[in-house]
This record gives sequence, C-alpha cells and structure tokens, in this order.
Amino acid sequence: MLVSYKWLQSYIDLDGITPSDLAEKLTKAGIEVDGIEMPGEGLKNLIVGHVLKSEKHPNADKLNRCLVDLGEEEPVQIICGAPNVAAGQKVIVAKPGARLPGNIKIKRSKIRGEVSNGMICSLQEIGFTTKVVPKDYADGIYVLPEESEVGTEIVPLFNMDDAILDLDLTANRADCMSMIGVAYEVGAILNRQVKLPEIKGRTSAERASDYIHLKVETPQDNPLYTAKIIKNVKIGPSPLWLQTRLMASGIRPHNNVVDVTNYILLEYGQPLHAFDYDRFGSKEVVVRRAKRDEKLTTLDDVERTLTEDHLVITNGIKPVALAGVMGGADSEVQTDTKTVLLESAYFNGTVVRKASRDHGLRSESSSRFEKGIDPNRVREAAERAAELIAELAGGEVLEGMVEADSLTIEPVKIDFELGKLNKRIGTNLFVDDVEKIIKRLQFSYQVNGESFTVTVPSRRWDIRLPEDMYEEIARLYGYDHIPKTLPMDVSFGGLTPYQKKRRIVRTCLEGLGLMQSITYSLTSEEKYSQFAMEKADPIELANPMSEAHSVLRLSLVPHLLDAVSYNLARKNKTVFLYEIGSVFYSKGKNCQPEEREHLAGAMTGLYVDHPWQGKKEPVDFYTVKGILDVLFEKLSVSRFITYEKGQLDGLHPGQTANILLDGKVIGFVGKINPDMEKWYDVKDVFVFELHLGELLMKETDELLYTSIPKFPSISRDIALIVDREISAGDLQRTIQDAGKDLLKEVKVFDVYEGENVPAGKKSIAFTLTYYDPERTLTDEEVVVEHEKILTAVKDAHGAELRK
Amino acid sequence: MKERLEQLRKEALEHIEGAKDLKEIQQIRITYLGKKGPITDILRGMKNLAPEERPKIGALANEVRETITEKIEKKWKELEQAAIQRKLAEESIDVTLPGRKMTVGNRHPLTRVIEEVEDLFIGLGYTVAEGPEVETDYYNFEALNIPKDHPARDMQDSFYITNDLLMRTQTSPVQARTMEKAKGKGPIKIICPGKTFRRDNDDATHSHQFMQIEGLVVDENIRMSDLYGTLEYFAKKIFGNDRQIRLRPSFFPFTEPSLEMDISCKICGGKGCHVCKGSGWIEILGAGMVHPNVLRMNGFDPEKYSGFAFGVGVERIAMLKYGIDDIRHFYTNDVRFLHQFFQKD
Repeated sequence: MLVSYKWLQSYIDLDGITPSDLAEKLTKAGIEVDGIEMPGEGLKNLIVGHVLKSEKHPNADKLNRCLVDLGEEEPVQIICGAPNVAAGQKVIVAKPGARLPGNIKIKRSKIRGEVSNGMICSLQEIGFTTKVVPKDYADGIYVLPEESEVGTEIVPLFNMDDAILDLDLTANRADCMSMIGVAYEVGAILNRQVKLPEIKGRTSAERASDYIHLKVETPQDNPLYTAKIIKNVKIGPSPLWLQTRLMASGIRPHNNVVDVTNYILLEYGQPLHAFDYDRFGSKEVVVRRAKRDEKLTTLDDVERTLTEDHLVITNGIKPVALAGVMGGADSEVQTDTKTVLLESAYFNGTVVRKASRDHGLRSESSSRFEKGIDPNRVREAAERAAELIAELAGGEVLEGMVEADSLTIEPVKIDFELGKLNKRIGTNLFVDDVEKIIKRLQFSYQVNGESFTVTVPSRRWDIRLPEDMYEEIARLYGYDHIPKTLPMDVSFGGLTPYQKKRRIVRTCLEGLGLMQSITYSLTSEEKYSQFAMEKADPIELANPMSEAHSVLRLSLVPHLLDAVSYNLARKNKTVFLYEIGSVFYSKGKNCQPEEREHLAGAMTGLYVDHPWQGKKEPVDFYTVKGILDVLFEKLSVSRFITYEKGQLDGLHPGQTANILLDGKVIGFVGKINPDMEKWYDVKDVFVFELHLGELLMKETDELLYTSIPKFPSISRDIALIVDREISAGDLQRTIQDAGKDLLKEVKVFDVYEGENVPAGKKSIAFTLTYYDPERTLTDEEVVVEHEKILTAVKDAHGAELRK
Repeated sequence: MKERLEQLRKEALEHIEGAKDLKEIQQIRITYLGKKGPITDILRGMKNLAPEERPKIGALANEVRETITEKIEKKWKELEQAAIQRKLAEESIDVTLPGRKMTVGNRHPLTRVIEEVEDLFIGLGYTVAEGPEVETDYYNFEALNIPKDHPARDMQDSFYITNDLLMRTQTSPVQARTMEKAKGKGPIKIICPGKTFRRDNDDATHSHQFMQIEGLVVDENIRMSDLYGTLEYFAKKIFGNDRQIRLRPSFFPFTEPSLEMDISCKICGGKGCHVCKGSGWIEILGAGMVHPNVLRMNGFDPEKYSGFAFGVGVERIAMLKYGIDDIRHFYTNDVRFLHQFFQKD
C-alpha cells in the first residue's frame, strides 16, 4: 500500500511529524514501512508552458520546432520529438538549468542546427512510471488542462512535493489498505483524532429504485450489494488533484467516473465498480454463480471462460462483471456515458480469491476482498463516491440506494482482565494505562474494577480474542518497553544419545578429511533410485517447479556425485564429501513415507599429497574402507560390523562391499562403475552409504578401562598359500575362531601373487599376537595354539604354510 | 733431564694444538701419557738420579703430565663439539618447505550455525526435537491455526505430494507434534532445526530447500517478556554483544501477539546503508506467544498454559554472519566454499 503523506493529512493532523518520523513510528507499531519516496526531490526549474506554434523541424522529420510561452518577456524556441505536441497545448517544460530524475541536467542546446531552450516533458521524464501515466499520454508529452496557468511550478502542481510511504502490510492488517484505515492507525500511534470525509447527501427527486432492480441468488457469496444511479454525467479527465493522488498511489487515471471509484477504493478500502447504465443490457442486476463455460470479456479485453466456482454480476441474461475482480468490457464507462450504475458490495473473500487465482487476475479490488473489507463502510463509500462523481462529472445522484442485504454484523465484544494481560506480557500496567491505549484505538469499552469489555469496530476484523487485545495494548505501549526476562522453570537441556552420536560421526569423518555437504532431498525421476539400497516406488510431487526436483530421493549418493562433478569441472581435483540426510521410502500413496537417516560419502583425488617429497596416494577402495573402520571403532560398533563382497547397480562389480551390522546389510562401499562415471562426468570416485539410523541405534558397551598389559606378548608371522578366491576376511575369521582366548590380534601384513606362488593361488601373511593377562606365555604353549590354527585354516580353506 | 721434560711439554702441546680429530688426540694421549710413553719412562728412571735432583725432576714431570692431560681434555672437548656441530650442519634442512599437512574436513556452514544455536539453547535448558520432512496437512497447517482457505496454504507456494501430504514449509509442525506428545503437560522447551521447502525457483535469494530453526517453550506463566529476554540472549550470542535489537509487531497465524526481530546493521552500525536498505535494521526472525487455538488444538489448556515460539532462517543467519551473498552456495558444495568454514569464527 502506497500512502501519500500529503493526502493522509486530509484525515489526520501530522503537525510536527516528518515523513521519516511517521515511517519509524508505524514500523515500530507493526505497520512496516518498506521505503519512503520523495517524488519531487532533486527536480528543479519545471514549469507550465504554452505551445504557441508547432511546426516540422527543417532538418529532421521526426522533430518539431515549437514556440513556447513560459510567461517570460519573449516566447522561446524548443525542439520537441513527441508525436503529440501541438499548438495551443499547456505542457510541462524543463527550462535550461532544470534537473530531472536521475540527476539529468537540461541545457540550452542546438538540435540539428536549431536552438532548443529546454525540453517539453512527458510524465515519465519527470519521474512517473509508465504504469500510472494516463493512456493518452503514455507515448508522448503530457498535456495539462486548458486552465493551467503559464509559469506555474510543476512540482507542487503535480503534488510531487510529497513523501510516499510504502507500507508492507501483514495479512491481518487489511484495515490499513485504505487511507482512512491508515489514519486510524496513525491516530492511535500519535493519539490524535481522525477526520472523516463529509458527505452532504444532496440528491435529485428521482429514485434509484425506479431505474434498477436487484437480485442476489447466492447471499452467502455476496451478503451485501448496493447500487446507486448517477444521471447526466459528462465523462472527461479528472482534475489534476485527483489524478495526482491516484498516480502517487500507483493507479493510472482514466476518466472522472472510473477515477472516483478508484479514489474511494483507496480512501475507504471499499472496492467499487461503475457500469454504463445504458450499456448494462437490462434494468436488473442479478448476482449468481457462473454457469460452466459461460464467457465474459473483462475490461482488459481478455475473454474469460467461467465455472460454477466464480461469482458473476449479470444483467439477468449474461455476465457483465467478475464479482470483486474486474468489470466487463461491454458495460464499461466510455466517453459518451450518460448514466452511471455504481456498485458497492461485500463479496466473500474466498470466492473472490478463487476467481482471481483461476484467471490470474489480481486487482486492487480482489486483494481487498480477499483480505477482508469493512462491511460497515459499503454504503458510506457508495454515497461518498456518488457525490464525488456528481461533483466532478456534473451529474445528479438519484435518491436512495438499491440493496440486497443479508448481512448480520454482530458487534465483537472482548472481555479481559488486567491481571491476565500483565501475566501474559510480563508488564505491570495499571487500569489507567490500558484505558489510555484503548481510547487511542478509538474502540469503545467498559471497565469494571480491573475487568475490561471492549467493543471492536468492524474495520478491525482481525481482533477477536483477548490475546488480540493484548497485542494491541502491547504494541501501542511499545514492545521496546516490555521487560526482558527468562522463563523461570528449572529444566535440563541436552542432546539425545542419538544426536550426540551424530555429532561424533561428523567430527570423526571431518578429522579424516571429509567435508560436510548438504544437498537437496528432491531429485529427478532418473536419479531417485540410483544407488538405492532397496527398491521402492517413487514419491512424486504433484506440483514440482522443475523435473530436477520432482521426486524424493532414495540415496544420498547421486547428489554427492553431482557435487563431485561440479567440483571437478572447476578444477577442484580432490573432493572428499560426506552428507547426513534423509531418504524416503514409500508406505503407500496416502501415507507419510518412512524417512531414514543416511550417511553417505564420495571421495576422489589424492588422499596423501606431499608433492615435493614425491608422496602421492590416490584414494582407493581401502582408503574409504579404512575411514569407515575408524568411524565404526569410534562408535564402538566394530565388533558387530562385517564386510562381504557386494553388488549394486552403478558400482564396480569387483570393488564393492556390503557393510553388515549383526549380519544385516546396512550399507555399501565401492567404486563408481564406468557407466556412472560417464553419466556424472567424474572419474575414480569411491562412495559409501549407510543407514545411519540403524547404526546409531545399535546398543553398545559403555566405555570402561581395561588394564595395560603387564606381561609380554608373543608374536608369530605366518604366510598361507590359498586359492585366489579365498577372502582375507574368511581366513581371518577362521584364525580368530581357532585361536580363541590366547590370540589377541590377527593382522594382515602382506598379500602376494606371482613368482614362487603357484598359478591361481595367492599368499596371505598374518601377524598373530598371543597374550595372557595373568602370566608370561611359554613358547611351548604358543606352538600348540599355532598348530591348532594351521590345522583349522587347512581344514576350512585348504591353506598351506608357505615355505 | 729438565731440558728433556721441557722439550716434551713443548712438543706435546704442539701436537695437541695441531690435532685434527678425536682419533689423533687419542693417539697423542697414548704417545705421551701411556704406560710406554716418555713421561712414564722418565718417572721410572728417577732412581738413577741424584737424590737431591729427584724431588725437583719428579715435581716437574708431574707438572708436565698434568699440563698435557689438561690440554688433551680441553682439545678433546673442542673436537667433540666440532664433530657434533658438523653432524648438525650436515643434518640441517630447509625449514621453509611446506609441512606434511593432513587433509582435515569441516562442518557445512549451515550445520555450524545450527550446532551453535543448539548449544546456546541447551545451555538454557532446551532439548533438540526433530520431525519429518514430508508432513501431513494437519501438522503443517491445521494444528498451527492455519485453516483450510488461508492464503498460506496456496498450492502455489508448497510442494504437494497428495492433497494431504506435502514437503513441510516450516519447522513448526515439530511444535505441534511435540505438544501433542506431551499430552497437555508442560514444561516443553525445545529447539527444532530442520530442512524446509517452498515452491520457489532457485536464485541468489531464494532456494526451494532451506533450513529453519524453531524454538518453543510452553509452561505455566510464560510471559512475552520471557520471549524478549530469550531473543536478546540469542541475538547477542550469535551476532555479538554490540548489536542492538528491535522488536516489531507482526502477524503469524500460530502466535498472538506476534513480532519480528531486527538487529542493528553491522555494516553501517545503524546509520543506514545498502545492506539494510537504509533502515539501519536487518530483520532476522519471527516470533510470538503461542496462539491459544494452537495450544488448545494440541492438547494444552490455554487458561493454564502459555508459551512462546520463534522461527529463524538458518541460511539468513549464516549469510549475515559470514557475509555470504548467494543462497545457492549452500547447496552447490563447492569445496572452495565449504573449506572456508574450517577456521574458527
């Protein structure tokens, strides 16, 4: 809502309050002022000129050589490029030395050999946006009314010596979508009285009801409809004061009738519509729901196809207006209109919003109906508008108003206690303080001891509950004046064990070189199922913005690969990323999906990079696995974790492992296969993904100290020759099982294939460490254990000791 | 004999002086002081001297031996030091060459902000609550006093899956879920961080996915002044003690009274600049007293209980705190961006 400071002064005394004071006070009271515009600022030397003569420029087809009277001794020559310049016009002239918006300076100059003593201006050139410039002058200079006096300063004439406040209103403060509403608010803030416009009520002898009948078929959509008739109007441009007020408010002037409806809309917040009575098509207004596929061409010359959802004004036969949104082209007020049918109504906001959305038409009217207008101003606004039309367009207002009224306006009464108010806000106000604030709001009230009963005026439909009153009182008392305290309870905060462990996961992975990334939960149809640990139906958005974010993801890996790809394309060659985020498993069409928290990582580049020492180790499968092993150790779940050869679409079949927790697959680690490398335009990327939820929910032992070994341990190395297919993990498990209590550690230290090892076989060497916490082991004891182990691996895997 | 000793002393001292290494010194020691050395010889031959000569020559011989011993020890030490110095010189390296730095990762800036805020409120006795990203219409809107025909529920603004399921547009449904679970019994003190979604095109200031942190306190006797004190604590801890705060009345369907909080602009110190659009203030969060309808709908008696809630955009805090100018950076995961948040504040 744009509010002219000058115009606002018609309703409230702003003495001693500058526009910026006002903006600050409004903002602090909850009506946020987004900006203040001073349209006249920096403008200089702009006056009314009279074009005495206009002829073609001798050296340029598109220019005119004009002789302009500026009220000085001699008329001056000005070259003008506007197509509509003509002798006899009163125009806006920027004299040499003038300044225009954007700090443009006008100088005496020569244009194609002819002297130009200034410039004849369009409204855009003096700072108005094209949107508000009257259509007739949109492509040329502005022509002032005949009676304008030569030499008059333009800035005050166009009310540009003003400040325009741009109010950013919250949804509940639709009452401030009118000048009078803003005046009430300012009155409450400044504790000053509001002056309402005077309505004289002069009417002709004829009665409106003789001219028009009214039928509202759906009163729930339209609880109040009023119609007035103004006869013998003469359509023409509005006076400048009216045009400039409209333009300052962002509305384009049209003619003296339409302009009045817009003016009253701004003044009262009551949308109005003027029909040409003679073009209306009948003597009867019928308000009803549209029929399916019924057509209406609106004022913007667009043919609209209607449905039963839309409320229309009809002439009994066909629609003439889309109620509350826009009038029809056929019944529009035109230059030859003689009689005006003026509509002032109260339409249901939901119905108006539906029509406005369906047709993509947001108008000054529709936005007010949607947010809620004051039902008690419907008639008053109509009377005031009719009178103003009669005054400006020279007509006469017919007696009375035709109306269909099914509206019941119950006054809203709110009871509240001073004690409760103070308890909720944390203040220590007295009855007297509260009374003063209610008076400033101009609400009527009663007070009985410390109990208040407030009657809320219909313009403030946002106030219904005691809490609403608390807010009114608190905001006018000043939020700044509320004390600062903290809740007085004693409670203990903290993270849940799960949340703590999640932070440990982050810290651990970061310590190992990975950077946390955050990617989108929504992905594309194509990517949603890539790298998914389990197949599931897609969960699709009904109204996506783009295909790239239209389905919920089942894996975090695809977007991590996108991030890797993005980085590689920018020459960030080493990329180690991890993410913790949700994946979504469908539980059926109308059920909330199962959200599983996953942990995933993607790594490529050099894990060790000490170039001047010649040490460069690219990330490989075992780097990533090692990182996970450290993580599992940190979470004390290592002993529940196993790996097995795995397979997953998108991963290298020979370099993929499933990760199992208590024998159940909870994730994978592996290398991206060539297809995916191509798809994502990446190379040598290793990824992992885990169902973090399951991992962190695993019950683990509490941390307890175990004593430092007192006795020496004994280590023995063995190298085993086995078939190539036998996995180190299986061998290790057999060794561990056979070694039982005395065997404390089994470590792989060498894997070898080639010379001295038969074809199809490999050698795996282990260091076995034996230890007894109670005593020093003897060699004999160890030999016995060692033999048992050798027998076990031979039996289980056909392993031979390498000689 | 005397001359012989003097001659020996002179000769030995010259040798010692000229010794090049420890081995040579060792040899000199053996040569002059050894059992077969000249001094031992002389002392052994004392018996052949005249009795009156003996003490003189004996004393001289001992003196010469001590002198040589002393000199040898001194030289030994010198040479030993020189040898150490030489070894150290050989081992010296270019200390300006780069160290063997380990790659260490770090938190995403948004997580960094979230954890900072979580810790701040944990210190005030809050716990951290979380909820699903796919919400039902009921928890996302209805339970928060946003009725069916409310403009905030426009299909245009939210990602719907079905008529009843949508990507949550705010973290507030966690409020409703937590209250419902508490079955009408306070206190509740929670902070709820999480991902949220709006139907926006991604650009420098909009992101279809973003993060919010919601706070909720419900108890008997919670006052608006408690909210004010809490918000001031939050703002000063996160943005610095020198920042001023301002509360402005505002409107949200789930709170009444409602407010927005501004902090004084860091760039201009409140005088007005392009960052704060000339106002001197920057809006950072919305808050208010929990609406009685919300309390009632979620099982709390609004006569007995009251509460406050606030919601803040995590990206907004991070952008203001670190001076980030484009919201898309948070989701592009360019390592050159992410790595900047390795260092402390």
